[in-house]
Amino acid sequence: MYGWIWRLLPGGLATKVFIAAVLAGLAAAVLWYVVFPWLEPRVPLDHTTVD
Amino acid sequence: MRAALRAFGELSITAGVIILLFCAYLLWGTGAYTDRQQTVLREQLLKEFAAKEPAKLTRIRLGGAMALLRIPRFGDDYRYAVVEGVGFEELRMGPGHYPGSAMPGKIGNFVLSGHRTTYAAPFSRLDELRRGDDIVVDAREARYTYRVTGKRVVEPTEVGVIAPVPGKPGSKPTDALITLSTCHPEYSAAQRLIVFGELDRSEDRRR
Repeated sequence: MYGWIWRLLPGGLATKVFIAAVLAGLAAAVLWYVVFPWLEPRVPLDHTTVD
Repeated sequence: MRAALRAFGELSITAGVIILLFCAYLLWGTGAYTDRQQTVLREQLLKEFAAKEPAKLTRIRLGGAMALLRIPRFGDDYRYAVVEGVGFEELRMGPGHYPGSAMPGKIGNFVLSGHRTTYAAPFSRLDELRRGDDIVVDAREARYTYRVTGKRVVEPTEVGVIAPVPGKPGSKPTDALITLSTCHPEYSAAQRLIVFGELDRSEDRRR
């Protein structure tokens, strides 16, 4: 999977590394700001009240 | 075969990294939200404290700041604005007051709940409290100082601990008490850690 993506990236080594880093950063940002805030209330990890 | 195994391995590693990132988010990402909310809530409180005519208690709405909580054992910097309500949205902002439980300093049980590990974890160190420790609650009209009288670990279903007289639902309260609840053990929600206290002294703000 990653090998396939790596081969798809254009340019020389430096360009590839740069684009790969940007893609990884984008994926992390989407997870952090969109997916995790949605997921967090659904994980019963830190419930504090009695009911 | 080899390609399939490699794909499986890569997916597993990816899942591991995502789960680690999610743990980091729970510990630090959620705290950033609480810190922003707390800044706003504390300003709101200080403004109300400074006002000549204290706001009516009935004006407190869900998600609004209602008191300032300080626990000297947790350091001089430990101060949290308590919000009204214990729903998901309110506890994201800080420790919450059970609607319907007593107001600060009043006869009955002033019940608070707060996160143990996520959302800045205001109650992370609740287990360190000892009998006799101060819990200071700055309300609009006065400063109330409670004394810790005990703590217990209970099942999440044990609602008796938040009754006006803890453990005796239905009986009429005669003392001003405080009850703090959070989840237990840390990083889990299997049980609840409950800290009890009673009012020791109060100082009027309007002097």
